[in-house]
Amino acid sequence: MTHVQLTHLARLESEAIHIMREVVAEAENPVMLYSVGKDSSVMLHLAKKAFYPSPPPFPLLHVDTTWKFQDMYKLRDKAARDAGMELLIHHNPDAVAQGINPFDHGALHTDMWKTDGLKQALDKWGFDAAFGGARRDEEKSRAKERVFSFRTAQHRWDPKAQRPELWSLYNARKAKGESMRVFPISNWTELDIWQYIHLEGIEIVPLYFSAPRPTVERDGLILMVDDDRFPLAPGEEPVMRSIRFRTLGCYPLTGAVESQAKTLPEVIQEMLLTTTSERQGRAIDHDAGASMEIKKQQGYF
Amino acid sequence: MTDQVYKTDALIAQDIDAYLDLHQNKTLLRFITCGSVDDGKSTLIGRLLYDSKMIFEDQLTQLESDSKRMGTQGQDIDFALLVDGLAAEREQGITIDVAYRFFATEKRKFIVADTPGHEQYTRNMVTGASTAELAVILIDARKGVLTQTRRHSYLVRLLGIKNIVLAVNKMDLVGYDQATYDQIVADYTEFAASIGITDFNAIPISGFKGDNITAPSDNTPWYDGVSLMAHLETVELDQSADQAADFRMPVQWVNRPNLDFRGFSGKIVSGQVAAGDDVRILPSGKTTQVDRIVTMDGDLQRAVAGQSVTLTLRDEVDCSRGQIVTAANSPLEVADQFEATVIWMDDAAMIPGRAYYLKIGAQTVSATVAQPKYQVNVNTLEHTAVKTLALNAIGVATVTTDRAIPFAAYADNRELGGFILIDKMTNATVGAGLIHFALRRAQNIHWQDTDITRDHHANLKNQTPAVVWMTGLSGSGKSTIANAVERKLARMNRHTFLLDGDNVRHGLNKDLGFTDADRIENIRRVGEVAKLMTDAGLIVITAFISPFRSERDMVRNMVADGEFIEVFIDTPLSVAEQRDVKGLYAKARSGQLKNFTGIDSPYEPPQGPEIHIDTTTLSVEAAADLIAARIIDRD
Repeated sequence: MTHVQLTHLARLESEAIHIMREVVAEAENPVMLYSVGKDSSVMLHLAKKAFYPSPPPFPLLHVDTTWKFQDMYKLRDKAARDAGMELLIHHNPDAVAQGINPFDHGALHTDMWKTDGLKQALDKWGFDAAFGGARRDEEKSRAKERVFSFRTAQHRWDPKAQRPELWSLYNARKAKGESMRVFPISNWTELDIWQYIHLEGIEIVPLYFSAPRPTVERDGLILMVDDDRFPLAPGEEPVMRSIRFRTLGCYPLTGAVESQAKTLPEVIQEMLLTTTSERQGRAIDHDAGASMEIKKQQGYF
Repeated sequence: MTDQVYKTDALIAQDIDAYLDLHQNKTLLRFITCGSVDDGKSTLIGRLLYDSKMIFEDQLTQLESDSKRMGTQGQDIDFALLVDGLAAEREQGITIDVAYRFFATEKRKFIVADTPGHEQYTRNMVTGASTAELAVILIDARKGVLTQTRRHSYLVRLLGIKNIVLAVNKMDLVGYDQATYDQIVADYTEFAASIGITDFNAIPISGFKGDNITAPSDNTPWYDGVSLMAHLETVELDQSADQAADFRMPVQWVNRPNLDFRGFSGKIVSGQVAAGDDVRILPSGKTTQVDRIVTMDGDLQRAVAGQSVTLTLRDEVDCSRGQIVTAANSPLEVADQFEATVIWMDDAAMIPGRAYYLKIGAQTVSATVAQPKYQVNVNTLEHTAVKTLALNAIGVATVTTDRAIPFAAYADNRELGGFILIDKMTNATVGAGLIHFALRRAQNIHWQDTDITRDHHANLKNQTPAVVWMTGLSGSGKSTIANAVERKLARMNRHTFLLDGDNVRHGLNKDLGFTDADRIENIRRVGEVAKLMTDAGLIVITAFISPFRSERDMVRNMVADGEFIEVFIDTPLSVAEQRDVKGLYAKARSGQLKNFTGIDSPYEPPQGPEIHIDTTTLSVEAAADLIAARIIDRD
């Protein structure tokens, strides 16, 4: 009998598929959180594989802030269509009413649009299981979060009451009103994600690749002027720079890096050869996207 | 940094495509490190991460300054700071349990299960070891084989890890002395043999200085083996053996996009499968052939252990989640009673006889664990007699499931012989188990069909059988009301039988006391008797305190649907205590009577009883009328 060597990516893929099928078999109303980033793109691709030839038997949910890059909205709609999945979009009505935006409201922007918005959306559609694309290598404290992570009816997480996870047995039982967040790519590293995108030819937002784009500098960050809502100083003109993004979020909060990496291998090459972490990204603390990137770097160890 | 990292850097810079090709053909090894902080475990893990990764210059600078500020290694880099998030975790209130770390070399990606701390060590280590293929057991060269070394080794062996590395650490602190090393290896060899570990690899290392971590060290010329990293990179993976075993795949999900396609999705846990192979579905035993192995990347000719696939079958056989597709000529055993090692993981001790959910493979069933045969002391490995298993206890016990399940011995297959136990009320994972062997093979017990069925019995009596289950505190009035109900039913020509708590304890259950375990067995037996009586067509009335919800639910699940009528005789504790018909409350209050419900033993009131009797507002006669009416209405 021939022996087949399974690569690390094949085993990570198989594990993620196993996790997704467990959720679909045991949860009543699952959903996949979809943020249009590279991790989300990998997760969606895995979902297509897990249930083929059926389309993934759950909808995609985008908790939107209205401030994402235009390229992200384009890929979001196309990806859902290609997968044959329903796309649900939620905007926190309070944030809409109060006109919450990243220029004027700082941390409140993330709290209201994303954190509150997510809870509202889960309640609104009554989802009892939500797939998320978080990885354990992102930061030290994530290293110990479970694959199946429980939330009370009030969406609270009790880190002291985490269930032990043995073998590939996941306990998905919960009381009415409780829910779980499930992280199928917990054991993937950032390099695994990039390698898998490369190997599988997964479509990602073009902003990950370098191109000349209109930019301004703010507090040491290079920001892209993605639409005319960006407040320019009197007489200020956006400057064309060859840039790409290492992480994607709300465009006014996401710092770019100057780069010539136009292809996926070049992006991976640049990532692997970088010997200083992106100092620009540390300039503002309320930048959820950039501080997440830093956490990813620190959590690399 | 090592030469290896420089070579990697050169390849990345010169030929990224070649680098990517190389790195997508890596294998994966999951391992666990066992040892306490004192053994230099964090330092070793930090060193492995550091030596195998590129490190950002500013982070290295940060690490150097942190090392000087709060490290324990003087002016040198303290690698432990790379992994020790413990203080921060304590501040955040996160339980220190199992953390997973990642690193990769040219040949392999590694996932390290790190179980820091001494508290809850057994639970955490068992969890981390359950997914590991290799264990690194750390020994401090200055201290030799300690009690904790024995504990770690026992748990590693228990969880079926075949590859063991004995890392004799801190060799720099014993002057790289060969005699010290040899003595430790000899001591460990002797101990290991006593617990069935016949093979292990010993390596003298210094996590702090880097000796024999990524390359053979000049400080240990007398050691002719490979470095720890080289061993981790080349050790044979379990997947070779897994693929050579017989084919087994638990069905997770049935894929039915339309009427023309019916696929069975699951992860292959052992062996290989190809289109055209004969397979058997368990527990039904039906046989058919594999038609296709379907994936999004096209049909596969062959699939192997570790892959998640979707199979279609040639015949329309009945197959659903939890069933197992196996090679037709080597099916699994099917049984409903096992001897198993049980590891208890919950603050509340195990209750023998209580029904828990048992999840194994893709199947969840109801199961009970009997009083343990013995508990294993993980430090001395002695067996002691116990009544139950407390948090972190490991014992051997009989496990009985409510239906027959296909399984393998844990020693043969972890995925088919390992199970978890889930509390039915809290939904917490409270225990883990490893099946040794079946105690009762399902195929040997046949259900004896009788010509006169339970319907015949009931029709002859012109009634619908029922179990009218009265529950409530001692002195709440259960027996009085039960008696009144039976009198009324008798007058209406109903065939009844009254099972009273006190009376049953004079005969059938006279061997049982009032501990939680005995109370559960008491109720289980009464439930079985009541069930037989309903099969005989009777209306059974019971009067038992039956304080625990899960046991009342157990009886509810024993009898036919709709035949269990739970009656909550609701009398407040103060009222029952005031009545104190039998003088028991007074005794309990004075400490003469232990485990008395309501005093020092809990009562869990029903959450949705069929009938709720408030004895503070209803007379005995009125209550009995109400209950009798509900019973008669069902005819």
